[in-house]
Amino acid sequence: MSASISAPAEVITHVHLESPDARRARLATGWLIIVVGVVLFALSFSAGATATFALSDAFDTVQLPSIALPAGPVVVITALLCLAAGAGLVSGRLSRTWRRVANTVAGLSVVLGFLSWAASSSTLPFPVSNQLAGTVALATPLILGSLAGVVGERSGVVNVAIEGQFLNAAFSAAVVGSVTHSIPAALFAGVLAAVLTGMLLALFAIKYLVDQVVLGVVINLLSSGLTGFLFDQLVQPNSSTLNSSPIMTAIPLGPLADIPLLGPVLFDQTILVYLAVISVAVVWFLLFKTRWGLRVRAVGEHPKAADTVGISVTAVRWQAVLVGAIFAGLGGAFFTVGSTGTFVKDITVGNGFIALAALIMGRWHPVYAALMGLFFGFVTQMASQLQTLSTPVPSQFLLLLPYVATIIAVAGLIGRTRAPAADGQPYVK
Amino acid sequence: MPDQDTRGLQLRGITKKFGSFVANDAVDLDIRPGEIHCLLGENGAGKSTLMNVLYGLLQPDGGAIVVGGVEQHFANPRQAMAAGIGMVHQHFMLVEVFTVAENLILGREDGPVVDLRAARTKVDELSQRYNLPVDPDAVIEDLPVGVQQRVEILKALANDAEYLIFDEPTAVLTPQETDDLMAVMKKLRDDGKAIVFITHKLREVREIADRITVLRRGRIVGSAEPGTPENKLAELMVGRAVDLQITKPPAEVGDVRLRVEGLSVADPNGTVVVDDLDFEVRAGEILCVAGVQGNGQSELADALLGNNADVIAGAISLDGVDITHARPRETIAAGVGFVPEDRQHDGFIGSFTVAENLVLNRYRDRPFANGIALNLEAIAENATELVEQYDIRTESIQKLAGQLSGGNAQKLVLARELSRELALLVASQPTRGVDVGAIEFLHKRIVEERDTGAAVLIFSTELEEVEALADRVLVMYRGRSVGVVAPDTPREVLGLMMAGVPHDEAISGSSGSAGAEGERS
Amino acid sequence: MSTAERTAGRSAFAEYVSRHWRDWAITVAAFVLAMLIGAILMVVADPQVSANFAYLFTAPQLALGGAWAKVSSAYGALVVGAVGSPQALALTSSKAAPLICAGLGVGLAFRAGLFNIGAQGQAIWGALTAAYIGFTFELPYGLHLVLAVLGGMAAGAVWGGIVGWLKAKTGAHEVIVTIMMNYIASGMLAYLLTTAAFRRPGREDPISPEVHPTAALPSIFGQFHFGFILALAAAAGVWWLLERSTTGFSIRAVGANPNAASTAGMSVAATTTITMTCAGALAGLAGIQFALGPSANGAPVPLTLGLVGTVGFDAITVALLGRSRPVGIVLAGLLFGGLDAGGLAMQSVAQTPLTLTMVLQAVVVLFVAAPALVATILPFLKGRKLKPAAALTGGQA
Repeated sequence: MSASISAPAEVITHVHLESPDARRARLATGWLIIVVGVVLFALSFSAGATATFALSDAFDTVQLPSIALPAGPVVVITALLCLAAGAGLVSGRLSRTWRRVANTVAGLSVVLGFLSWAASSSTLPFPVSNQLAGTVALATPLILGSLAGVVGERSGVVNVAIEGQFLNAAFSAAVVGSVTHSIPAALFAGVLAAVLTGMLLALFAIKYLVDQVVLGVVINLLSSGLTGFLFDQLVQPNSSTLNSSPIMTAIPLGPLADIPLLGPVLFDQTILVYLAVISVAVVWFLLFKTRWGLRVRAVGEHPKAADTVGISVTAVRWQAVLVGAIFAGLGGAFFTVGSTGTFVKDITVGNGFIALAALIMGRWHPVYAALMGLFFGFVTQMASQLQTLSTPVPSQFLLLLPYVATIIAVAGLIGRTRAPAADGQPYVK
Repeated sequence: MPDQDTRGLQLRGITKKFGSFVANDAVDLDIRPGEIHCLLGENGAGKSTLMNVLYGLLQPDGGAIVVGGVEQHFANPRQAMAAGIGMVHQHFMLVEVFTVAENLILGREDGPVVDLRAARTKVDELSQRYNLPVDPDAVIEDLPVGVQQRVEILKALANDAEYLIFDEPTAVLTPQETDDLMAVMKKLRDDGKAIVFITHKLREVREIADRITVLRRGRIVGSAEPGTPENKLAELMVGRAVDLQITKPPAEVGDVRLRVEGLSVADPNGTVVVDDLDFEVRAGEILCVAGVQGNGQSELADALLGNNADVIAGAISLDGVDITHARPRETIAAGVGFVPEDRQHDGFIGSFTVAENLVLNRYRDRPFANGIALNLEAIAENATELVEQYDIRTESIQKLAGQLSGGNAQKLVLARELSRELALLVASQPTRGVDVGAIEFLHKRIVEERDTGAAVLIFSTELEEVEALADRVLVMYRGRSVGVVAPDTPREVLGLMMAGVPHDEAISGSSGSAGAEGERS
Repeated sequence: MSTAERTAGRSAFAEYVSRHWRDWAITVAAFVLAMLIGAILMVVADPQVSANFAYLFTAPQLALGGAWAKVSSAYGALVVGAVGSPQALALTSSKAAPLICAGLGVGLAFRAGLFNIGAQGQAIWGALTAAYIGFTFELPYGLHLVLAVLGGMAAGAVWGGIVGWLKAKTGAHEVIVTIMMNYIASGMLAYLLTTAAFRRPGREDPISPEVHPTAALPSIFGQFHFGFILALAAAAGVWWLLERSTTGFSIRAVGANPNAASTAGMSVAATTTITMTCAGALAGLAGIQFALGPSANGAPVPLTLGLVGTVGFDAITVALLGRSRPVGIVLAGLLFGGLDAGGLAMQSVAQTPLTLTMVLQAVVVLFVAAPALVATILPFLKGRKLKPAAALTGGQA
């Protein structure tokens, strides 16, 4: 009846080159790896004879042997691997897969080479199991905090207030735990405090359209002041009743916990560690498989488009911020009931910001953000381990590594990071 | 007045105010199944406001919406959609990083867990039923504009819309894509849908409308039969007899001032968007670059100014001096005047005063600065002078530029650029969103600048403007020059060239098939 | 010419008043509301006082009287400690001086559209360098001070400039970079205080030798010292830079609309780097105030880990409250400086912790950031148009 419409042949003839951003990132990464390789090579001259790695500590039932590596050759080999990987990246001839291989090889080589060098200067072995256990402990709040950010920012609300949510949650969990002697109550109180902080964030960001980064910083100040004031005025004078919460105990997962080396690290942990792992999966599923997640992402990318198909941008953003706050609350509670059971002023010492960095380096993706959280935990733990080994590098510098890594990352080394398009932008009809 | 027919959709006395500004003043509109109803009006006449009211995006201050005989109040688009209203937005409401299928089910998911397989099936089903082929798994940002629009149409259809609003749908399309769209609209009409087609392009109206309603300054000023001549429609739309052709003296062409050789420019993603382009502009002539939006014009303009352009090959020279890799500060000093395409975004600073904006690219020069210190007096004097000379309507030179109307803001930009001696004026869409009175004024100033011996380069997507201003026309398609032709080249030929058909073929092609269009322009 | 000038001046003033009177009203209202919230907090956090509220309906005088006594004694001590005596005023000025300097550093960056959370790190470098020059070298009066001040400002400028340069070159977001640079600065300070160059001979804890008197900021009256004059001069300088210089023109243009600025021939990259360098120098000057300003005993406090406190974060509230304008920042700095000084008195006299002032600061800024909220609570402040917080950071359209 009517004219049939032929689909025009949409052959796109545009020529694609490597974008300037991608090229810059590739070259910068390559050169950085080369520089690290050269440094490792230089370090190989000062390496001791052997680097010992202890796989078990004295209390383990199954004692694994310690591994002794010839430090000099290991460092040289890792240096060469770095140089090769860096040269490959700089040459620009590697395919996408091989670029990934080069990055991975370089990363592992740096860790192994550096550790071997550092451990070789000490007669004590480097305790691998401690390293892994500490990594998990340090990473748990980072992972939970970064998930809070992922959910909120996917909906378009920037969350710089993770630190404040941590603080309020840590404080509330400690106090309620002390009063009730109940871990579940403490966790609930922590989550509630973070959700209330999230409500403050949502109210000012979504309803009153306050610049979200500025808002986050102010909420952090408010949280620090509030918990500090209540601590000074109320908690410290009554610390036996208000600041001595019970702490969580590890829950071994049956025989899995008895696996040497990895068992205690992965399967003999507190409930919060398990919750952190589960949360990563939950957030992934929520965001990418559910109706709610589809709407959250739509609202974060193109709020007006969501509005025109009848989705309430405001409601979805509120929900996302508050759901995110639940994870921040769990992460915050970890600092008190997951640790010593007592609160001190500013106990979170900037972990909220590291969680923020993890989420950005993890490109707003729950799994990658969690991996970055693990990485930061690993580096921080390594720094404190090396401190006790009295290595030639001042440990203060190692402690700075996560911060330097973040700067290098945001300067474009991890390629183009793409935030949700409407991240941080208030929606006005 | 409204008939008793319960089918169809009626707007009765819709009034919408923004503060003291009345965007819609007691508007009545009657939309019937099986009809294409054209809503015609200038920029700012209130067409989009009216449709946003109908779609539930805005709430009216007065009047009623009656759908199928039942009065409705739409608090949000969801309720409008439930009543069978669908909208194809001018700026597509598609999430760029989502696939077609994800965009289609957004807002109407069946259960708490997304079923993408069902969504794909639905896309395939719809695209077959309406003959709108599209890959359900394609990511929107990878699709050409015409296909994105298809997705936008499918989205409306997926909701079983009976009333479809097309808001300026042809602005971003090539003539070919426009023809395809027209065919789609006709088929939908024949299927019994009611269609509202919003446009300010008269030829499209004549081709497709079953009924025409003209809106001016928020009021209905009349309706017209489909066969009404274009000049009659234009008169209704503008409110007086219009003669868009300005009489300009013939060009007195001098030496070559701007020379572009083998120029290629890449966009930030590394895509080559200006591809091996050669042309030159002489003193005292206006070269118009015609083409559909997004065919490399913006990037070419940016390359001429030296602003954020990644020139990967070729050379640009001005009066014999190479400016290929010069930065804006250097090209401005070399005598390039620049009127950007998006004046809000690039042309002026809304939170700066009129006076400050008038020296935005000269604040470092004498007499506006002595060394590092600004000379506020000289800046104010300059502003007072230019405001008068260019008839910029503002209470005070200390008012913020963001408070100016579109036409006055454009006058401000042009005043700033033309108030110094130019070797080359580059102006993109110089009259977009400007009322008719100001258009004439701006065109006159541009021609005057030509007559001082400057080379003038105009980028325009409006053929009317090209015809009014050009001494020569360069047609651009996908970053390449399709050819340089005289301004009196028939529109059909220009249209085909804008779709990439070379000049010779375009001439034979248009004389063979475009009979229906005739010589009406 | 002169009449034209005068009318131009008058109309500019009229413009200012019509644009800004509500800002002032909102600020005052925000402060009052914050004090109210602070009062509630004090009552709730004091078990003895809040216990009386059980008798609110049976014996209201007990509950309300107790609350009134608590709040009035605390706020009374606060006011007296801030402005109640010449010594109090001197203390306020010495607390305000670094806040003003760092606030200018944050505010200047805001005007260029940059959020400088890094004033903390920049101030640390300023303090560290000034103190090092102050306790290491033996130089005559005058020269020593000038060198220490310039050295501190230069160190802050470098620390801020790195951020601007990274942003200009790579697009690295300044918020993330400055947060990280803060941690790196405090880490470096911690490390340096363990080295021979910085650690006081004979001490194991991280504390530096005392700054020589030749490098100390001279006292005018007690703790009212030359540093305050420096802060006012810095504010005047920033005002001139922003409002009367070509550099300031480009800073404001880039902040308000970087695209239009770039189209008009300004270099966004250069402006970003220059702005962050200047901002760093100003925050460095704040650090200098801590390192070289006389303490209660007349001599500067030696360098320790916490010498600069949280000045970088307080500076953000100062800049926000002062709406990134130099005059506003001076007033906001004085206000928060007064809160700090009075807070000390409140702590010792009324046993109300100093941390309350932090809460007050944050709440004031929250209210100021959301004028619509204040207008909801106090309807007489409703204006025709309620601008969102963009106005706070200085003129982004």
